[in-house]
Amino acid sequence: MEQFNPSARRDQFGSKINRDHSPVLAYGIPWVMILLASLSPLLPIIAPLPILPPLGYLFLLAWRVLRPGLLPMWAGLPLGFFDDLFSGQPLGSGILLFSLTMIALDLIEVRFPWRGFWQDWGIAAIFVTLYLFLATLFSGSGLPLVQYPIILPQLALAVLLFPVVAQLVALLDRMRLTRVRKIG
Amino acid sequence: MAPPSAQISGSNKKAQLGRFAGYVFASVGAVIGALLLIISLWRPDAFYGLRSMATDAASPVGEAGAVTRTGSRSFFEAIAGYYDAGNKNAELERENEIARVRLAEMRALEQENARLKAVLNLRDSEQPPVAIGRLIGSSSASTRRFGYLSAGRNDGVAVGMPVTSPMGLVGRILETGRTTSRVLLLTDPESIVPVRRAVDDVVAFAEGRADGSLRIRLINLGINPLEEGDIFVTSGAGGLFRPGVAVAMVTQITNDGAIGQLLSNPAATDFVVVEPIFEPEAIEAADTPLQIEQPVDGGTPTADSESD
Repeated sequence: MEQFNPSARRDQFGSKINRDHSPVLAYGIPWVMILLASLSPLLPIIAPLPILPPLGYLFLLAWRVLRPGLLPMWAGLPLGFFDDLFSGQPLGSGILLFSLTMIALDLIEVRFPWRGFWQDWGIAAIFVTLYLFLATLFSGSGLPLVQYPIILPQLALAVLLFPVVAQLVALLDRMRLTRVRKIG
Repeated sequence: MAPPSAQISGSNKKAQLGRFAGYVFASVGAVIGALLLIISLWRPDAFYGLRSMATDAASPVGEAGAVTRTGSRSFFEAIAGYYDAGNKNAELERENEIARVRLAEMRALEQENARLKAVLNLRDSEQPPVAIGRLIGSSSASTRRFGYLSAGRNDGVAVGMPVTSPMGLVGRILETGRTTSRVLLLTDPESIVPVRRAVDDVVAFAEGRADGSLRIRLINLGINPLEEGDIFVTSGAGGLFRPGVAVAMVTQITNDGAIGQLLSNPAATDFVVVEPIFEPEAIEAADTPLQIEQPVDGGTPTADSESD
């Protein structure tokens, strides 16, 4: 009797026989993760100054950079809206910045199709910097320009956290394509 | 890593159209966002209902977090009992800190009493609290300083009510949901509290600086009488906050006042108390527009009506 290679029936996403990817998982996990990250203001951290990185935005960046094409271009509208409901920013600031990010990342991708870890991190750092600056500008707090350095600790934390978020997203990305659906 | 080939439209007409539509949708999203942003900057209270509804819906998450915070603290305290000395020291230090604040408040109250006795027919300022709740979160990623409180309209909380902790003033209610409400913390740049020095009558405004400290601006300019370590309490002016609640301690002297450190760090509080508005009549009177004589004939308006 012919002997099959035992690993031919499996790959990193599980058994190939009688199992298939679940569309709910495959398309839902990015959305759910970004929405959950947007809920971070409800963490029991009562900060006297802005210190927590904008987790919702970081997750959006990470998903978009790691898996281009998975989130549709219009994803900035609903995700930004949800983020605005909890972030304390005036409604619309998240929608605008998330949407602009989706467009800008797409344009960058057309320009530089080949990417690597350092380039991804660099792009994320630039985007987070712009995001935090503009979010402070749009926050309606009327903060004078000399006080803008108060976002620096938050910015440093966000930039340093991005590789961690990207690792987490990569982990979830493998989970996303697990074959859990039974066929037949 | 190269992008997946689905991203490259090439000469595929359908893919090209799809990409174009994507850009259009994203741009429409950005335009909607910009419009909403303009509306909410122009009318900051335009979307209060929407936001408080969302916070209501998601508050179980925050409440669970807050309970866990308290629960885990007692758990860790039990373990920390073995390493008692340093811990006890910190505890005593904190108690001492509270005691110092209390002392300052008492001095302020004493003085307040003396003043009230001098002016007869003033009503008692002691009122029972409206509600007691937990701070379940804060806008820790935004420059605005909002806190989320686990008590809302159902508990009798209304917009404008002061929120205090045993250490002093925390902020005031900005918007209310059914079971949660949003608190404007003292350190928000929009927050201004009328204060006075606890030991005498140096009056000032305490403005938030968004970085955890308060700018104390004296009303009577001249020689700056402040010193480091001065404690400021609410003065009761404006009618929102009852007088004599501790607000800030001066840490740095500036030209027109001082920079103060917040006394009731909201991060360190478990429970906060929502108090009724001190003088609701005064607030109502301030809200109703003044009746100004209108010019009878359509001539030039008088100086009175212009200055409003």
